[in-house]
Amino acid sequence: MKIAQVVGTVVSPISHPIFEGQRLLLCDLVDTDGSANGYLIALDVVNAGVGERVLICDEGTSARQILGVTTGPIRSVVVGIIDQIT
Amino acid sequence: MHLGRVMGTVVATTKAEGLDGVKFLIVQPLDKHQRDTGTPVVAADAVAMAGLGELVYYVASREAAEALPERFVPVDHAIVGLVDQVSLVEADQ
Repeated sequence: MKIAQVVGTVVSPISHPIFEGQRLLLCDLVDTDGSANGYLIALDVVNAGVGERVLICDEGTSARQILGVTTGPIRSVVVGIIDQIT
Repeated sequence: MHLGRVMGTVVATTKAEGLDGVKFLIVQPLDKHQRDTGTPVVAADAVAMAGLGELVYYVASREAAEALPERFVPVDHAIVGLVDQVSLVEADQ
């Protein structure tokens, strides 16, 4: 899984059916020191907000399992909100 | 998934099995500020509605093939949504 910071949202009225009704977050991938290193658009299943540090699962089969589907072009899902990293 | 901008179309009459009817578009990958980054890729249009100049988001790797009706096809990038709006909030901007 990857550590990321939510920096925005993406609105997509026309998309593959698997994304319908789902929230898309624009997330900066961050290193452990907090510096940004690329970004990802990830689906939100934990109601994360902008500014929060989150855990992103970036793997297709796990993503589909979380959504309860067997097929679908989904790979990145926000699966947790990070409280603390020590 | 990443943001991209549709730059052009690719027509290939001879294609691998399972790719018939699939539209291919040239997509320029964008960073979060919607600036060009990296080299353009050819992506299958899974929403079948993306047009030139349009802001889209796409998936790469194995998940791209999942976007198409035929699942086991040799596709490594697929457009899975058109983007209406990107809200970006950053402290350092």
